[in-house]
Amino acid sequence: MDSSERRNIILKNYQDNTNRKDVEDSDYIKVNSRNASCIDNINIYIKINDDIIEDIKFNGEACVIAISSTVTLINNLIKKNIDEALNIIDNYEKMVDGLDYDSQVLNELLAFDDISKQPSRKICATLASRKIKEILEKSM
Amino acid sequence: MNREDFNMLKKNIVYLDNGATTLKPNCVKEAIDDYYDNYTANAHRGDYKTSLVVDNKYEETRSKIKNFINAKEGSEIVFTSGATQSLNYIIFGYFKNVLQKDDEVLITVSEHASNILPWFILTKEIGIKVKYIELDENYKVTIDNVKKAITNKTKVISIAHITNVVGDIRPIEEISKIAHKNNILLVVDAAQSIAHTKVDVQKMDVDFLVFSGHKMYGPTGIGVLYGKYDLLEKMHPVNYGGGMNALFTKDGYIELREVPIRFEAGTPNIEGVIGLSSAIDYINNIGINNIEQYERELRKYLIDKLKELDFIEIYNSNTDSGAVAFNIKNVFAQDTAIYLDKYNICVRAGNHCAKILSDALKVNNTCRISLSFYNTKEEIDLLINVLKNSKNIYNEIL
Repeated sequence: MDSSERRNIILKNYQDNTNRKDVEDSDYIKVNSRNASCIDNINIYIKINDDIIEDIKFNGEACVIAISSTVTLINNLIKKNIDEALNIIDNYEKMVDGLDYDSQVLNELLAFDDISKQPSRKICATLASRKIKEILEKSM
Repeated sequence: MNREDFNMLKKNIVYLDNGATTLKPNCVKEAIDDYYDNYTANAHRGDYKTSLVVDNKYEETRSKIKNFINAKEGSEIVFTSGATQSLNYIIFGYFKNVLQKDDEVLITVSEHASNILPWFILTKEIGIKVKYIELDENYKVTIDNVKKAITNKTKVISIAHITNVVGDIRPIEEISKIAHKNNILLVVDAAQSIAHTKVDVQKMDVDFLVFSGHKMYGPTGIGVLYGKYDLLEKMHPVNYGGGMNALFTKDGYIELREVPIRFEAGTPNIEGVIGLSSAIDYINNIGINNIEQYERELRKYLIDKLKELDFIEIYNSNTDSGAVAFNIKNVFAQDTAIYLDKYNICVRAGNHCAKILSDALKVNNTCRISLSFYNTKEEIDLLINVLKNSKNIYNEIL
């Protein structure tokens, strides 16, 4: 992906507030994700129904990479079953770590393909994926 | 001023994070090299020539610090690893043994974590209460609010001389008078003030005072705990081991060495002490009053320039120290810091270890500029120019 295409996706999703809201519904599992070494801090709300991720919302404060990667990941995970979702997260994290990954399942998450060259931004790009993965694994 | 003394300033950076740590002048490095090249030995241990040189340098530094903060005696100066360790030592070595259940400690929400968390631990361990002196609309501590916060249970006021986010300068002398009139002890965190204004422990009449070497142009890992002698005599050691005992026997009897040696168990940070000694000479040569005056002018220049930019929010225009907390409106603080870093401008983003201040500031995270005497108006002009061009900030940081 070239740098302007990458930037356009990251910015578009950074400004997309569709799923950026707090949820007061007990059907959602709430989890907080923070990066202690910087100041990223978001709450994530996940609704799972019969193995399907019905909805994910989030809210909080974080840098452009953290927010945009959260939005992009959420857009990719909604309506997927848990196995599919974990496979997406697994390949996304491999990409961020600079390992071989399956680009077919990542869609717009490919905009974060050069994060592996910026070690200090890896924790930003995985702010949401780390915690969503934990929730999904517990829900299996 | 004196930029030529700092090799880091030859690396094309604009260093505006002096509240986190200061750059080191060449003389500090050279003093440490000299120790390792010419007289390496342990302190208080050997009976040979180089060890004696170390002993002398070590105690000479204690005396230099005594003069620097105008303590009565050298024995009132304890070397620690930094302000954090000093505060923990005071709280767990002294106050844990004299405070009782329901006794109250007054702090403020703008204190550094190291002046909050140890007190929180005492609330759990011995049932003291932590109360907050209310801040005024400019986040300052007023004498009236100190008076209002004091009850007949108040035993300690523990506050910074200058805070690390807002940068407000506390009227320590007046607070001390009120505290002592009410039999309250005063602990002062001077980490942010020691390199920027005159700290005189007798004039301020503080009971304990702490600071770090690395925020005053010295090395990391060295700091100072000042305490009035009669209080230090009642303080318990937190660390036991070599150097601090006069005698011990196999049935468990321990005789401690004198104050302050009993608080410096183990091999001390000798290179740190020697580096700090050089840093104090360096500050004395420039003159703390000259530093204060220069930094104050520079801050005014910075604030005036920032105020011209309508897309910048400043959170502490009305304070006098060198710290300026700001945000580019609608941009996350860390993104601003990353943007400035593209131009080699170093500022800190975050909550600056003052996590409970956010309620008062009504913003969780800010960028902080903290000035030193080696910063210049030209550097501020560069910062302002880069901020002016920040419309396309995301194009630059993505």
